[in-house]
Amino acid sequence: MNYGIVSQEQLEQIDQILTDKLIKLGVDCVIIIDMAGNIITAKDNGESKYDVYSFAALAAGNFATVDAMAKLVGEQEFSLLFHKGQESNIHFSKIDEELLLISMFGKDISLGFLRLNVVDVIEKIRQLWGKK
Amino acid sequence: MKDKVVQVKIVYYGPGRCGKTTNLEYINRTYRKQIVSDMVSLKTHGDRTLFFDFLPFDMGQIKGYDIKIQLYTVPGQVKYNATRKLVLRGVDGIVFVADAMEKQRAKNIRSLNQLHENLQSYKESIFKIPLVMQYNKVDLKEHGIPVLPTEVLRKDLNSKLKVPDFEASAITGYNVAATLKKIISSTVVSIQKKLL
Ligand SMILES: Nc1nc2c(ncn2[C@@H]2O[C@H](COP(=O)(O)OP(=O)(O)OP(=O)(O)O)[C@@H](O)[C@H]2O)c(=O)[nH]1
Ligand SMILES: [Mg+2]
Repeated sequence: MNYGIVSQEQLEQIDQILTDKLIKLGVDCVIIIDMAGNIITAKDNGESKYDVYSFAALAAGNFATVDAMAKLVGEQEFSLLFHKGQESNIHFSKIDEELLLISMFGKDISLGFLRLNVVDVIEKIRQLWGKK
Repeated sequence: MKDKVVQVKIVYYGPGRCGKTTNLEYINRTYRKQIVSDMVSLKTHGDRTLFFDFLPFDMGQIKGYDIKIQLYTVPGQVKYNATRKLVLRGVDGIVFVADAMEKQRAKNIRSLNQLHENLQSYKESIFKIPLVMQYNKVDLKEHGIPVLPTEVLRKDLNSKLKVPDFEASAITGYNVAATLKKIISSTVVSIQKKLL
């Protein structure tokens, strides 16, 4: 678990950013998790029925594995982590050493467009942290 | 997570084939009502844990907090220490499952020592983290298979740590719930101290 890296007020602001910048653009589901697999917050479009808890545990494991592989081949990290399916896609992005932002989106959104918005969201979240 | 939701990560740790996955499978069968979603098992064809098992367990409310317990197992095989370490990240409480079979004596000790080292790499201490010891497979006695007496297991594994310990049989369910209840209560108490 995490011992209050974020306050309730910050969490509400983060939820607002996720809604405005990702959900309203058509992203199905956005989750922020910590590296231990705990959920910090999850937002969806009201239609997706993902089991977010199992998802978070697997996502943290997946990210940690890829990160460990990167170190093995002498990379700091692999900057793009993206899984593409027929109907849905998953995109991982590191917010900082402790937190990950995961977006699930369908075929109506291009990867490039999503990445632009994710970068924007992460920038805004970092600013929020900076202010505390 | 939202106000008043506390996520608690509990990891079942121990040598290969000691019965970690069997513990979770028993819990999964026995507490259907408290389990919100399916158990996730990342395993090999031979049913050995490859990465982890994951079982979310709903505790309801404790002192106004909504407690969500996340149970994990590590892969016990020696070669998987890198993945074992990953699973330990952010752990709040540990059940060390020892294999009571006589021939596994050295493996239990080696696994416990490695747990100690792995926790140190996260700046955690085996002496401070909530920990419960389980001596598993005691049912084998009845089948004529040599099993270490509990005093021996205790001396090997718990003489310095002095944590709560249980004889158990994950396959019959004997003391599986007692182990779980103990680790949940120790962990929740330790988290409450940190929250207040
Ligand atoms: N007799 C007996 N057998 C057990 C008990 N617990 C587990 N086993 C058996 O031991 C074997 C290994 O059990 P698992 O639960 O898969 O062991 P594990 O610790 O998860 O093993 P790894 O995933 O490789 O680390 C299985 O065949 C189980 O049926 C027990 O209490 N008594
Ligand atoms: Mg297993």
